[in-house]
Formats: sequence, structure tokens, C-alpha cells
Amino acid sequence: MASVPAVLTSEWTKIRTVSSTTWTLISAFAVTVAMSAALCAVMNSQFDDLSDAERATFDPTFISFSGMILGQLAMVVFGVLVVGTEYSSGMIRTSLAAVPQRATFLFSKMLVAGVLALVVGMVTSFVSFFLGQALLGDHRIGIGEDNVLRAVFGAGLYMGLIAIFSMGVAAMLRSSMLSLGILMPFFFLVSQILSAVPGAKSVAQYFPDQAGSKIMQVVPDAMNSDPAPYGPWAGLLIMVAWVAASVFGGFLVLKKRDA
Amino acid sequence: MIELDGLTKRFGNKVAVDQLSCRISPGMVTGFLGPNGAGKSTTMRMMLDLDNPTSGSVRIDGKHYRDLSEPLKYIGALLDAKSMHGGRSAYNNLLCLAQSNRIPESRVAEVLDTVGLTAVAKKKSKGFSLGMGQRLGIASALLGDPEILMFDEPVNGLDPEGIHWIRNLMKALAAEGRTIFVSSHLMSEMALTADHLIVIGQGRLLADTSMADFIHQNSRSYVRLRSPQQERLRDVLHAEGIVAVESGNGTLEIDGATTEALGELAARHTIVLHELSSQRASLEEAFMQMTADSVEYHAHSERGAAPPPVGPHWGDQWNRPPGSAPGAPGGSGGSGGSGGSGTGQGA
Ligand SMILES: Nc1ncnc2c1ncn2[C@@H]1O[C@H](COP(=O)(O)OP(=O)(O)OP(=O)(O)O)[C@@H](O)[C@H]1O
Ligand SMILES: [Mg+2]
Repeated sequence: MASVPAVLTSEWTKIRTVSSTTWTLISAFAVTVAMSAALCAVMNSQFDDLSDAERATFDPTFISFSGMILGQLAMVVFGVLVVGTEYSSGMIRTSLAAVPQRATFLFSKMLVAGVLALVVGMVTSFVSFFLGQALLGDHRIGIGEDNVLRAVFGAGLYMGLIAIFSMGVAAMLRSSMLSLGILMPFFFLVSQILSAVPGAKSVAQYFPDQAGSKIMQVVPDAMNSDPAPYGPWAGLLIMVAWVAASVFGGFLVLKKRDA
Repeated sequence: MIELDGLTKRFGNKVAVDQLSCRISPGMVTGFLGPNGAGKSTTMRMMLDLDNPTSGSVRIDGKHYRDLSEPLKYIGALLDAKSMHGGRSAYNNLLCLAQSNRIPESRVAEVLDTVGLTAVAKKKSKGFSLGMGQRLGIASALLGDPEILMFDEPVNGLDPEGIHWIRNLMKALAAEGRTIFVSSHLMSEMALTADHLIVIGQGRLLADTSMADFIHQNSRSYVRLRSPQQERLRDVLHAEGIVAVESGNGTLEIDGATTEALGELAARHTIVLHELSSQRASLEEAFMQMTADSVEYHAHSERGAAPPPVGPHWGDQWNRPPGSAPGAPGGSGGSGGSGGSGTGQGA
């Protein structure tokens, strides 16, 4: 059997020796932090223009993660490319010839890339939080308040899980282009739009991003959003279930199909 | 020792490899020959456990590929020139592979040197030419210093110097006692490198023989004579009961006689000879006859033009006889080479 530490080392080398890793992860960080900071600044200056309902459910923690709507897309690209380029480059055959135990190969790759995405996600969420609070002026909240640390931690977790979910999808579809073509519009448009359409709402709130983002809220139904039939932890669990399904699906495809 | 046992692969209802059983022995170069689409690459992918066989099995020293720990130390394979991440440098591509099988990093520089890529080691491999990609693939095969090496059309894209190099490399590796399994569709190339031959057509085993036997059985040898006194020469030969066939350009071809006997005969009759040489029929033709029935992708000639001639190949020593090969299949006018061998003889 292949030595797992050896395969992990190899996968780490693969990740750190391609430029896409750097630019996707830096984008995820920069876009999230910049966009969140901008929104916090806007909120601070226009707080009085908010509706009563919005003011009542104002969630300074959640607002400081608002840039993740865009930043998560860079995480999607990172996750898709980590797995997808094995196929598009033809490297997959060389890789599997070196590590024929397909479970070891795939899970090592996902572990290394997932931990990296998680670390970047955590850094992103903490920086985003503190910068956002600094810009929120009087409306800010401290990290010591109830549930705030959970939300900041959860936001980092969310970023990491989005990347792992994307890796699973890319392993199922065996193509970067196809995976990006499905995931990018899904997370950026479909999920956002459906969650605003009255009839589709009840389904859309079980989508991985919708359910997972509840962990970032400190005030229930933050910013007058629709009440969800589950709490923050249950929401995260729903997202984890999606991620597990995608990873398992990816594994089944890799195991069953010819490389 | 690699053993294939009833190896079969179906893609939908297309049978790519059909009940293939054979052994590949150490200490020699085994050539794996077949026309386009014969199933060579598919067989090799199954040997590496990349494709799942529909039925049958492959054993490597008795083990299934998946049960090898650190397989690069057992088997090195070159499948496709395009099997590395283009955005990564040659060095780093090899480093990932080395690390996964706990091969010391120093091997990476060694194999890059062996294949002559040291100068471009730090360059991204997407800028590589076909030949450089092929060399990188060969480097990855050599990485684990394996006892078994498998090359799928290694000469593809290599320049003459590169072809010469890979040929010698394979022979040298075999001489060290390793198992070398190399695919090709060029018989002439195999004649120069392989000690043993496995021929397949449409996925089926057509021949499993030593190279020497194959040459012995399939090459017609004859003597070529050219003389300014051709009429006298013919009379003399006729008187001796030797059948000579005229083959244009004023040359005669004689089967079943030695150059010594013919030279002495001419001398006895004081006939001037401009040429006296022993010739061999092309192995390429023997190969094409063998696989003629199983060639799937015939070239169809346009507007009645002659199909492209075969060769010339690097293996000059296997000179083709003038005129068409004896017993060349008549019916299949479109079959790439055998029909063309007569017309390709012009110059
Ligand atoms: N993934 C696949 N799906 C469907 N058919 C396939 C697949 N791979 C190979 N085939 C078919 O199997 C047959 C054998 O292909 P293979 O590539 O093994 O031939 P080959 O002997 O390597 O040919 P060449 O000399 O051209 O490289 C071909 O008819 C090919 O079309
Ligand atoms: Mg092939």
C-alpha cells in the first residue's frame, strides 16, 4: 500500500508548484476582505436609511462577511482546479500509475487542499471581521459577545467547505471547464435568485451555500432575511452533508471509471 | 515477468482487446506491434490498472498492479507525451511523482540528465515540444529505477538522434536484466530493437514469437544481380537451371542461390557483374500481411490515386524487393501498404 504521508507530501508539492493556487487563494482573501470592508463602510454611513425591520435585525458580524458572496467564487475555482487539472492535463494517468490506490490518492489530495483552503478561509474571515468592525463605527460588535466567535470561525469553515465541495464536483465531472460552468453560475446566480423567489425559497434554503451561511449570522434572520427552519449549527450540518455527498460521489466516479 | 491472462476490454459493444494471453519476460525487449486501433494502448492502460478489464487479468510478478506498494519502483511507464501538468516545471512534475513513491529527490536531477532535459528542468512543461514531452515521460518512467519498463510508442515525435538514443537505452536496460515492453506500429523499428514480438490486430493475439523466428519465417531472401551482359548471364543461369526474374532497371532477382555460387558461376563464364548482393524482403510487408485482415482504419485513396507507399524507414537493412511482395494480399486494394508496395517503387 502506498504510504499516506508520502502521498500527502506529493500532493502538497503539486499544490504549491502551480500558480493557480496562489492567485485563486489570494483572490478569495482579497475580494472577500475588500468587498466586506466596503459594505461595512457603506452601512455605517447609511445606517439611518435602513428600514425599521433591517435595523432591528442588524447583524454587524454577518455584514463583515458580505464579501464572501464574491470571494467564495475564487474558492470554487481553487477547488475545481486542484482536481480538474489532473484530468485536463492528462496528469491523472501518471498520478494513478504512481498511486493506484484511488481512495488514498483522492482523499490525500482533498485533505491537503482542504486544509489549505480552510486556513486561508480562517485568515480571511478573521481579517474580514476585524476590518469590518473597525469600519462599522458605533454599530460594531466585539468578538467576545455571544455567538460572535462562532460566526467568525464558521465563516472560515464555510470557505473551506465550499472549496472541498467543488473538489468533489470536479472529481465527479472530471473536467474543470464543466465544473466551473456549473458551479459559478450556481453559487453566484441560481442560488441567490432562487432564494429570493417566493415559491423556490423553501427549496433554495437547503442549498449548501444558503444553509452553510447561517453559521455566520449572530442575529437570527439577520438583515431581515427569511427565517430558516434550522439553526446555525443545523445549517452547517446541511452544508457538511452536501460536501460529504459530493466527495463520496467524486470517489465513486474515480473508483469505477477508467482513467 | 508480466502475465496477461484472457485480458478483454469492451467499450460499449466495441471489443478493443480480445482474450489476450501472453507473457512478457525479463532480460529482453518485447515489441508490442499492431496497426492503429489494435488495442495496444488500451492493453497498456489495463496493465497499469488505469482501465478496468472487462474480464481477464494482469499479474506483475504474480501481483495485481493495485497491490504493489510504491509501484514506480516496480514499473515505469510512458503512456502519453501529454501526461504532466503543463503549468508545473519539469523538475516539479517529477518531484511530485518521486515523493509519492518515496524515491529520493536526487533521482529527479539524475533522470532529467539521462534524458537530456537538465537545461529546461525549471521550465514549465507546457512549452515543451512533442519530443521534449516524450523525454519527460521517459524520465518519469525511469524515476523509480524499475525492473519493468513500458513504453507506448516512445519514438513518437523524437528526432533521429532521439530515436537512436531511446533504441540504445532500451537495449541497455534489457541487458541489465530488466523487462522492456514497447509498443509500435513500425515493424522496421521493432526489427532493430526487439528480441521478442507480440503482434495484435483488432485486440486479438496474432503472433507471439522471438524476433529471430519472425525474421526467419517472414523474410524472403534473394540475390540481386546486375550485369552489362544480361543476355549472356540469363543464358548461363538458364543452362544451370536457375530461375531469374527480371525486375526492371536491368536487375535480376534469384531465389534460393547464394552470392558465392552466383559469383563463381559468373567468373567461370567471364561475365562482368555490376552488382551482386543478397537482399531481404521487408519485414514491414510481412507484418502488414499478418495484420491485413485486422486493419480497421484503411487509408482510402482519392480519385484512383495510388495508396501511399510504405517507407522508406530508418531500418534500411530491410530493403524491400523490387516489385510487389510474393503472395501479397490481392483483394484489398485500399489496405494502406501492401497494395502500395508495387507502385511506390518508382525511383
Ligand atoms: N476510452 C475509450 N472509449 C471508447 N473506445 C475506446 C477508448 N479507448 C480506446 N477505444 C477504442 O479501442 C480501440 C483500441 O484503441 P487503442 O488506443 O488501444 O489502440 P492502439 O493500438 O493504441 O492504436 P494506435 O496505434 O493508434 O495508438 C480503438 O478502436 C479505439 O477506438
Ligand atoms: Mg496507442
